[in-house]
Amino acid sequence: MTSAAVAARSRAAARRRSIALPRVGLHVFLFVCAVLWLAPVAWAVFTSFRPYADTAQHGYVSIPHTLSLVNYKNAWSQGQIPLHFWNSMIITIPAILVILLFASSVAFVVSRFSFWFNVPLLIFFMAANLLPQQVIITPLYELYLRIHLPGWVTGGSGLMYDSFLGLIAINVAFQTGFCTFVLSNYMKTIPSSLGEAARVDGAGVVRQFFGIILPLCKPALAALATLEFTWIYNDFLWAVVLMSSGDKRPITSSLTNLQGTFFTDNNLISAASVLVALPTILVFLALQRQFISGLTLGANKG
Amino acid sequence: MLGVPTFVVGALVWFPTVASILLSFTNWDGIGGVGTAHWVGTQNYREIATIYPPFWPAVEHNAIWLAFLALVATPFGLFLAYQLDKNIRGTRIYQSIFYLPVVLSFAIIGFIWQLIYSPTQGLINNIFEDPAHGNLTDWLGNPKLNLWAVLVAVGWRHAGYVMVLYLAGLKAIDPSLREAAAIDGAGEWHAFRTVVFPALKPINIVIVVVTVIEALRAFDIVYIINRGRNGLELLSVLVTDNIIGEASRIGYGSSIAVILIVISIIPIVVFVWNSFQEEMP
Repeated sequence: MTSAAVAARSRAAARRRSIALPRVGLHVFLFVCAVLWLAPVAWAVFTSFRPYADTAQHGYVSIPHTLSLVNYKNAWSQGQIPLHFWNSMIITIPAILVILLFASSVAFVVSRFSFWFNVPLLIFFMAANLLPQQVIITPLYELYLRIHLPGWVTGGSGLMYDSFLGLIAINVAFQTGFCTFVLSNYMKTIPSSLGEAARVDGAGVVRQFFGIILPLCKPALAALATLEFTWIYNDFLWAVVLMSSGDKRPITSSLTNLQGTFFTDNNLISAASVLVALPTILVFLALQRQFISGLTLGANKG
Repeated sequence: MLGVPTFVVGALVWFPTVASILLSFTNWDGIGGVGTAHWVGTQNYREIATIYPPFWPAVEHNAIWLAFLALVATPFGLFLAYQLDKNIRGTRIYQSIFYLPVVLSFAIIGFIWQLIYSPTQGLINNIFEDPAHGNLTDWLGNPKLNLWAVLVAVGWRHAGYVMVLYLAGLKAIDPSLREAAAIDGAGEWHAFRTVVFPALKPINIVIVVVTVIEALRAFDIVYIINRGRNGLELLSVLVTDNIIGEASRIGYGSSIAVILIVISIIPIVVFVWNSFQEEMP
């Protein structure tokens, strides 16, 4: 091996080192950040498995002497978790289906036909999703108190206020804009020749929509369904303002009831938090790809 | 296909928006028909600015909220995205961890952080102070501290959100741009400032819009912690208080809603303009 080659090798090694050193620093930095990031959730999980007596005797920052599910059992029954979870599903699932139907029909029209009102219509939908909710909450509350509906629709109250239908409706109205925007961008990438070919074959508009365009939008629809599930499940304000009966509230807004029930028993609060957060965390872990692609579909080309 | 969705969004979003603006100029008390309302001009606005004590603190807190998100949480999210975009080992695991808080609701975030900030049972005081002896820091009860304590929790979520959006933007940058900068001998910071950051412009606009709107919407977390008082007043809380709280003044609530409209119009127009400028005539 010539000395020149050795010199070149050691130069290359030095360069690698100079790259490698900051890399180590970066890894340490990221690792520390990741630990700090997980700490609040990990702390909640840790506390939730410790009976109150254990933390009272040994302190919260201590090695647990007993671990049990007793907090979960109490949170489950005292917080009426199953009831509120069911309420959340009654609201969330129909809302997602209607949002996707509405959004895909509007997106289909504006992306397949060129009407003069396409852009104003998209703005009409999109901007509705960007308003802070409080902008509309006062008139909405008064409106809901004045819309009378048959009892079988509302489940008792006879009003749009305090009904599942009312919450489904406002979630649909508020979220359709975002999905319309994402889907119209997505549909614009589908070649228009596909629709033309179908038209030549004699397919009507409805068949083009359900037979050709919707199946091609499956990835976008899956991504949006994942995102909307999290957003509607996590909604707090609509239900706090538009629902008076505690036992009808979906789970996120029922947390206000829990506070009163649990007082300062942090062990119970942590178990309840874990239970309520679990569905969104599971959806995220299982469908992470859909989740992130939904968000970035909305942000890119936007 | 267009009629029903347009009607629903029009009736439940745009009609109430217009109604908020109109109601802010009346003295309607919400009892009886809207016909009982009287036009009072700008009286509600003058009153909230002069004799409504929580108004100015709320404005200040919203401004601090926005400044914190824009100057601390957002740059940190960008920094994380930039580092995680370097194809380092375990990048996907790091991304999942930093993103995790984004799937949690602000209500749950309020619950979880109470476990950390609680004076006697909380993590911080149990590590750094002795809960058996008095004089504990009340992180969420002290009106000088609680806004900042809440902002740490909010930033925890916001940084992850910003990171994901920027990661998508960074992936879309043509790698040859960066190579060219590297060949020119540009240092990392220089290359970032002159090449990478300008190329992120479309995402930057989205981030600005998201950040402003999030700062205006902030509500759930302070409402869960203490119903938004004693140092945690926000404009959104005042609007809600005027419907379901003790002080029920539709006119005040609507005037504050109009202030929110005026502020949020700016990011909305920026966003719409940015999205549709190619398609506008």
